[in-house]
Amino acid sequence: MQWETVIGLEIHVQLSTRSKIFSGASVAYGAAPNSQACAVDIALPGVLPVLNREAVEYAIRFGLAIDATINSPSIFARKNYFYPDLPKGYQISQLEHPIVEGGCVTIRTGDQEKVIRLTRAHLEEDAGKSTHEEFHGMTGIDLNRAGTGLLEIVSEPEMRSSTEAVAYARVLHSLVRWIGICDGNMQEGSFRCDANVSVRPAGSETLGTRCEIKNLNSFRFLERAIDYEVARQIDILEGGGSITQETRLYDADRNETRTMRSKEDAHDYRYFPDPDLLPVIIPHEWIEQIREKLPELPGHKNHRYIQDFSLSAYDAGILTATREVADYFEKTIGLLPGQGKLCANWIMGEVSARLNKEGLEITQCPVTPEQLAGLLLRITDGTISGKIAKDVFDGMWQSNGENADAIIDAKNLRQVSDDSEIEKWVDEVLAANPQQVADYRAGKEKAFNSLVGQIMKTSRGKANPAQVNSVLKKRLAE
Amino acid sequence: MTISLSDIKRVAKLARIEISETDAQQNLSRLSGIFGLIEQMQAVNTHGIKPMSHSQDMVQRLREDVVTETDQHALFQSIAPQVEDGYYLVPKVIE
Amino acid sequence: MLNASLRQLSRLLSDKKISSTELTAGFLSRIKSLNPDLNAFITLDEEKSLNQAKSADAMIAAGRSTPLTGIPIAQKDIFCAKGWLTTCGSRMLSNFISPYDATVVERFDQAGMVNLGKTNMDEFAMGSSNETSYYGPVKNPWDRLAVPGGSSGGSACAVAARLAPAATGSDTGGSIRQPAALCGISGIKPTYGLVSRYGMIAFASSLDQGGPMAKSAEDLALLLNAMVGFDEHDSTSLQREKEDYTKNLTQPVEGLRIGLPKEFFAEGMSSDVSRAVEAALAEYRKLGATFVEISLPNSKLAVPVYYVLAPAEASSNLSRFDGVRYGYRAAQYSNLEDLYARTRAEGFGEEVKRRILIGTYVLSHGYYDAYYLQAQKLRRLIAEDFAKAFEQCDLIMGPTTPTVAFNIGEKCGDPIQMYLSDIYTSAASLAGLPGMSIPVGFGDKNRPTGLHIIGNYFREAQMLNVAHRYQLATNWHELAPPDSGN
Repeated sequence: MQWETVIGLEIHVQLSTRSKIFSGASVAYGAAPNSQACAVDIALPGVLPVLNREAVEYAIRFGLAIDATINSPSIFARKNYFYPDLPKGYQISQLEHPIVEGGCVTIRTGDQEKVIRLTRAHLEEDAGKSTHEEFHGMTGIDLNRAGTGLLEIVSEPEMRSSTEAVAYARVLHSLVRWIGICDGNMQEGSFRCDANVSVRPAGSETLGTRCEIKNLNSFRFLERAIDYEVARQIDILEGGGSITQETRLYDADRNETRTMRSKEDAHDYRYFPDPDLLPVIIPHEWIEQIREKLPELPGHKNHRYIQDFSLSAYDAGILTATREVADYFEKTIGLLPGQGKLCANWIMGEVSARLNKEGLEITQCPVTPEQLAGLLLRITDGTISGKIAKDVFDGMWQSNGENADAIIDAKNLRQVSDDSEIEKWVDEVLAANPQQVADYRAGKEKAFNSLVGQIMKTSRGKANPAQVNSVLKKRLAE
Repeated sequence: MTISLSDIKRVAKLARIEISETDAQQNLSRLSGIFGLIEQMQAVNTHGIKPMSHSQDMVQRLREDVVTETDQHALFQSIAPQVEDGYYLVPKVIE
Repeated sequence: MLNASLRQLSRLLSDKKISSTELTAGFLSRIKSLNPDLNAFITLDEEKSLNQAKSADAMIAAGRSTPLTGIPIAQKDIFCAKGWLTTCGSRMLSNFISPYDATVVERFDQAGMVNLGKTNMDEFAMGSSNETSYYGPVKNPWDRLAVPGGSSGGSACAVAARLAPAATGSDTGGSIRQPAALCGISGIKPTYGLVSRYGMIAFASSLDQGGPMAKSAEDLALLLNAMVGFDEHDSTSLQREKEDYTKNLTQPVEGLRIGLPKEFFAEGMSSDVSRAVEAALAEYRKLGATFVEISLPNSKLAVPVYYVLAPAEASSNLSRFDGVRYGYRAAQYSNLEDLYARTRAEGFGEEVKRRILIGTYVLSHGYYDAYYLQAQKLRRLIAEDFAKAFEQCDLIMGPTTPTVAFNIGEKCGDPIQMYLSDIYTSAASLAGLPGMSIPVGFGDKNRPTGLHIIGNYFREAQMLNVAHRYQLATNWHELAPPDSGN
């Protein structure tokens, strides 16, 4: 039988506010245990929550970026359950009237574009962390993370493969960084995925029983966990069994998912509107202000790059992967109109390779867009060849902000197009290689290339290759 | 609706309160009485009435995103049942 | 001195006829002799109190005093006070030294008042008799066989027995007004949102409201001036212009339209309470007020609605008491779940556990709509009844409680009878309206009775004025229980 996979993702995005969503404690990562857990965060008796404006603004920013509805009023509710990393015994979250409802994003797999709709995105607070080692059989609780603002983004079950799920997660990962609401650091847990996975006979309209897989903290794990889970479910169904709705945990070390809790032990969360928090009213003017401040979004940029700069969809995709790369590209192209492909090739090639090698972000790139544009200008006007340009680029990387022209002059790398100079190099090489001249004249075409190589070498790469070709041809024909 | 002994046990479990058979029995008779009182609510047709969560028709005030709190964990943990190296300790959590 | 009003005490202090230190020491020694029997206080800390008195004396000497500087106040043990044991009447918090101050405590500190100690209360404010306290019942100073009411029973007892010139209380369904009535003192629950809830241990967040308890309306006005105010730590705190509640105290009440809800004067009210309330209304007639019969048809459902909403919120509010970060932790447990279940079984008393069970049940899957949502809808109908009533009248009056104080132990086995003590007070709580009780004489066994005054939102000044005019014309509020005054 043919099976169809159905995947929906729930992504928890940690908001990069300064303070927590309901308290004035810092959210900075890596502080000493419980040093950033204030009276509100540890839920002392009598304390109360007050909502962080920036967290709301971030949620609205996200809603606008995916063309969703911003709900006003938006309501906070309590989700009640006991866990030692949840100090109040309830999590402040949203059930009805989430701040963001609907919206969609476009994902690309291969040449295919697909629109994935979102169900909702709601604000809530993060829990603390449990440490199971180090405490002689006990568990240690650190509440520094408790109360950090989260945006939980829920998709419709519209992905049909792990590839699509990863593409969707990547688009969101890029988007939340793009609009500046999350640092996207997956190691530190700033971007966490849960996947709802089910399978059904191809062509079927009804959804199969789903399992929720938790703890997917990298795109690779997301892909592997889904693949494992799909295979597991198909195995069971083909063996005549049925799927139990449950929450499963992905174990990266063993590359498998295993039962965390079954539906029978599912919590009865007893949601109800939080009486400590009032309805959040979002005035239309506020939404418009946020909209105005919103940067040009990656989807829009992507299309514009393809149209305005004649880039391929692939190139445009890479250049709009992060806002910083796009900014770098746009600054460069701004100084070099009409050279979109050349700029794109250099940024995706030389620049990106060198950054990777040295473990740098593009914002830390020692070669500024202005420097790069200056270099590329010298390729387009014939001052240097593409090959020499790589040396100049290296020179700029090492130098302290020196521009391409200075390096070209200092190293005397300017391409030589002066005929008499070139003729001198050609004659010198011909005189030194009578055998190859003879070979060529005897019909061995290959000898020509060898001679060109030697002339270029003699000119230390500066000779204009086209001119070398024509002078050499002329001489050999004499 | 009437409340049953199993309801009481289920709810006590949800609320994380250990309850003995005798306590559950005793609570059953008392809670049944209380729910008898509460059932009076069902006589009123409230169709179309908006639920009232707050007594004032107010909107949520928003706090500026500023860090105002300092590290007080030593003070807070001076009244904790069990701590070590800045962590609160609980019996091992099994996942 | 014991019967002096706050204004009189303030004058004595500012005239240096007495120091705050002397005044505080005087009350502390009186507490020492009477509290062992009355049990109005859970915690006393002479050194802390006297230190505060010393600071108050310094404030007075430096000419920086407010009308309340140097006057001692007893704090209900629901208010967190830094460095003070703050138990909320529970074993669960029997070792909880608060690391912070409630906003109310802070405001009184800033006014220069002296914290005299933490008063006894029903556990987590759940009770109407003070019998649910882990620290034992409080006695009614008028008749030591009787309860003082609850949950602010310790505060009511302390003021009535002249152990403190003033006290704080909190009111969720009647917890200031009912004990004030049963102890023959004055108490006001302001409009929800006027007094900060920050640091006041939550029972039912959408209903809880702190307020002052004292001998007279005039004293309440002075206390309210310090207690009311916007607090950025409480999202439900109201931002309003500062009001001086003492300003219009003496204004005549001629032409005042008093609404009498027919439902409050129907069956349920005992004849002795009825007599006292009728006499008080007659006094108002003499003062020039007029009466209009009004109807609050849904108020009969206030008690059932209250006993859904308050336990629901409480079941969630009390989840933080889990034995992990502070408070009681069971001595024996085999694993985490066991730690929770035993800590909460041992740390909470029967009434608190009962309400957590009710609250958990009404919020649980499949029951939410029938109970919680239905109660919230009825809450709106109850509030709308009041809105209609206030189109016809300026204030609403009636009995605070259906009977005078009952005996200790009398209603312990019958929660429903106990819950019905709130029959007149819970409706105003659900609507968020201000309510107060003032003493209007004595009923059976010479136990005090109270007149309940409900105002429209933010009409505290008017209520205090109306109460003050009554207290100018009568002297019930000046009477102290035997062995307790002069």
